[in-house]
Amino acid sequence: MKIFKNFVIIFLLMTINNLNANENSERNEITKNLRCLICQGQSVYDSDSDFANSMKILVDKKLDEGLSEKEIYIYFKEKYGDWILYDPGLNKNTYLLWLLPILIFLFGGAIIVKSFIFKK
Amino acid sequence: MIYSVTGHYSLILGLCVGLALVYFSIRNFRNSNQLDTKILTFSFLQLFFVLVSFISLIISFIISDFSNETVFNNSHTTKPLFYKISGTWGNHEGSLLLWLLVLTIFIFIFILRTNNQPIKYKILTVGFQQVIIIGFFLFLIQTSNPFNYLFPVPDEGLGLNPILQDPALAIHPPILYLGYVGSSIIFSSALAATTLKIVSTSWAIHIKKWVLISWIFLTLGILLGSIWAYYELGWGGFWFWDPVENVSLMPWLALTTLLHCILVLERKEILTSWVIILSIATFTLSMCGTFLVRSGILNSVHTFANDPERGLFILVFLFALIFLSLFIFFFFHQTSKNNSSNFFWLSKETSILVNNWFMMYFLSVVLIGTVYPIFLDVISSQKISVGPPFYHKLIAPFLIPFLFAMAIGPRLKWIRSDLKDKIYLISLLIISILISFFIVKNFNTNILINTILISSALYLFFITLRDFFSKKYKNFAQNTAHFGFSLLILSILFNNLFSSEIITNLKVGETYDNSKTKIVFESINQKKEKNYKSIIANFNITNSEGINNNLSPELRIYNQPNITTSEADIKTTLMKDKFIVINLVQNQDYFNVRYQVKPFMLWIWLSVIMISLGGLVSFLQKRI
Amino acid sequence: MKKKLIPYSIILIFLIIFAVFYKSLKDTNIYTPETKINNDIPIFSAELLLSNENSNSTEIFELDKFYLLNIWASWCVPCRDEHPILMSLSKNNKLIIIGMNYKDNKKNAKKFLDELGNPYEKIIVDKNGTNSIEWGAFGVPETFIIYNNKIIKKYIGPLNNELLIEIQKIIK
Repeated sequence: MKIFKNFVIIFLLMTINNLNANENSERNEITKNLRCLICQGQSVYDSDSDFANSMKILVDKKLDEGLSEKEIYIYFKEKYGDWILYDPGLNKNTYLLWLLPILIFLFGGAIIVKSFIFKK
Repeated sequence: MIYSVTGHYSLILGLCVGLALVYFSIRNFRNSNQLDTKILTFSFLQLFFVLVSFISLIISFIISDFSNETVFNNSHTTKPLFYKISGTWGNHEGSLLLWLLVLTIFIFIFILRTNNQPIKYKILTVGFQQVIIIGFFLFLIQTSNPFNYLFPVPDEGLGLNPILQDPALAIHPPILYLGYVGSSIIFSSALAATTLKIVSTSWAIHIKKWVLISWIFLTLGILLGSIWAYYELGWGGFWFWDPVENVSLMPWLALTTLLHCILVLERKEILTSWVIILSIATFTLSMCGTFLVRSGILNSVHTFANDPERGLFILVFLFALIFLSLFIFFFFHQTSKNNSSNFFWLSKETSILVNNWFMMYFLSVVLIGTVYPIFLDVISSQKISVGPPFYHKLIAPFLIPFLFAMAIGPRLKWIRSDLKDKIYLISLLIISILISFFIVKNFNTNILINTILISSALYLFFITLRDFFSKKYKNFAQNTAHFGFSLLILSILFNNLFSSEIITNLKVGETYDNSKTKIVFESINQKKEKNYKSIIANFNITNSEGINNNLSPELRIYNQPNITTSEADIKTTLMKDKFIVINLVQNQDYFNVRYQVKPFMLWIWLSVIMISLGGLVSFLQKRI
Repeated sequence: MKKKLIPYSIILIFLIIFAVFYKSLKDTNIYTPETKINNDIPIFSAELLLSNENSNSTEIFELDKFYLLNIWASWCVPCRDEHPILMSLSKNNKLIIIGMNYKDNKKNAKKFLDELGNPYEKIIVDKNGTNSIEWGAFGVPETFIIYNNKIIKKYIGPLNNELLIEIQKIIK
């Protein structure tokens, strides 16, 4: 059994080969978070529409100008509204969005724990 | 033309049969010494009429009968035969007819194959199912008739979207619907069982097969959709947290939880409330999905044409079903107060409860993420988007304890357990963490969370792997499914970490070289096919190990409708996929080229198949 | 009484959910980005189509005058439909019409103007589409009304007679 385990471990390690650093990875991260506004539910990264391609060029330009990821998001939010960002962020519109699942989780946990305390 | 008439009147006849069935059910319920054979024959008759209707629609598509509005909107004479046929269910009206077909098939099989259950229960199930079926008949005939007549008859159709002309996409709806609609039987029978107060071990044993069927098809249906998105949509992604994808995931989560509860209920009389609620929830979520996708309320790549009237009908129908179920649950169900609900905190019962807890959390994340923007818009007219970052942030951290629970839970005994093999379990844990850290430390991003995630998945992987060879743990079906799940998480994580991509613009004859990868744009072939013009670009790609590949992505320029699609060329090997796409650039003579190396893609698909295999094994197992 | 609380509150929750979905169906569901009005116009410099010189936004847009910026392209079909309206607006001397030629080919653009007429006093070239994004546009055709270097109105899609009357009212 141990031999088999070791074999699996070595096998896994060997398959993790060259780790290519991604070119443009920051631009990719940003465009993955931007919605393509004329597509039906695609990110700028995924889309190949005119709008998306122009957006990619503009994101590159802004990165060259030295803007940070956050600043670029603010820049686009100014022009198009919150809808263009896929990450809904934490603001007065989205507190409930983030909190509700967490509350449900805690509530579920409380019920389970309570049912054990109840028994004792 | 004759087919449209046949199809249309067949639907009306089917509706009438449905009404008759309701009448016979009520009558039989009062006098239920044995099942009225009319119920069986009329169910068959209803199935027959829907089948005739469905076949009429298929024939209308095959012969390109453009006097039929649905055929006109969705087909074209130059479409290959296979896609003419699959075009039948690739549109709103036709897909609803497919829903009806599966609904009627399943209830018929249910009546035929249910033998050890009370007569009243069978009748009541038929009754509830007919409520659903009649609702769908009305919806179809009233708002989404596949047999509307067009005059004057057009010469040519508007053509099916070429992106939808694909083998995987052709069979994706039928398989997915077998899953969605299979849950209708679970819904109807759970309501029937609740009303008659027979939600118990023997009922669970009986319904388990239906749950498994529905679950297996739903899993495979979702898999097919992902595979299609991966190679057809040309982006290299397979899951986008798109509303329509979420809408298929939610019933799956509910159904998986239900499956686990049923597996408990078939041995002990506990979790009856969970089982009933989950049975209701699964089908409700399927219907809710139908509503969200067809009403125009959501924006997605997949949505059908917007039509608020249809949305309104489904909304009212859906909530009528919800209120009916709620009434039945609160009125008839009594939680069992017997002693079998006394169990120690470390026990199999608890681990199932923990499973339910986490699954309901995941379900709520997906549900809230999908539906919140609608609520926000109505209440405060603010529009936001909820995309992948939201789901990843809320799901990934919780997967960690979940995976551990999956590893430990099945080894616990009923009522009270102590953990045997503690040393063995802990040492495997340490090994998992070490391996995972070694893998992740070469990256600078998110070392901690990735390490912990990978180690918990690895842990489950090793434990289930070892259990295959162990004599003590005999549940092969469960082990396969859990092992498959661990493999799925690992594949997704590795794929995420180790994928790489090159995006560049190249003209024919040019080369891209970044010292790790060399891409040579060798040549172009142009061809004329039946309904599109094809541009095939030939690339030769050399990676840093000197391995050479020839890949030929294609551009297809369709005439009807006038769009261009990009067909990726993917070289799949056991360990990685090499993926390349080209795109036209407006007004330029170069192409935009995207090349990706994506490790473990094949394992993502295989692991999901393995999960379904676990379900299949359970389905085929004889009860011990 | 407490036992009844749970069922009733659940039913209430579902009623609320139903109401929300119902209302949302009634509202329009094509999203148009909030017409961010009263934003400053972007500062940019660009090449002019017909003269091949460079110009910048301060030169093009002066204060105290009404401007109409129209984003168009020769390959855009609705642009042809709205062109007559632009031609008639160009005759109004209270309004100066500036064009932005979006992702187009110079020859085709000039042919378009020769064929349908040129209502634009100046035409900016937006070769890669980034300039129109600076304006907050996302396709063609789109039209902006500018006064004192602020965007006071934005129209998405082609202009029609109704909008023509509206524009004429604004510039009075």
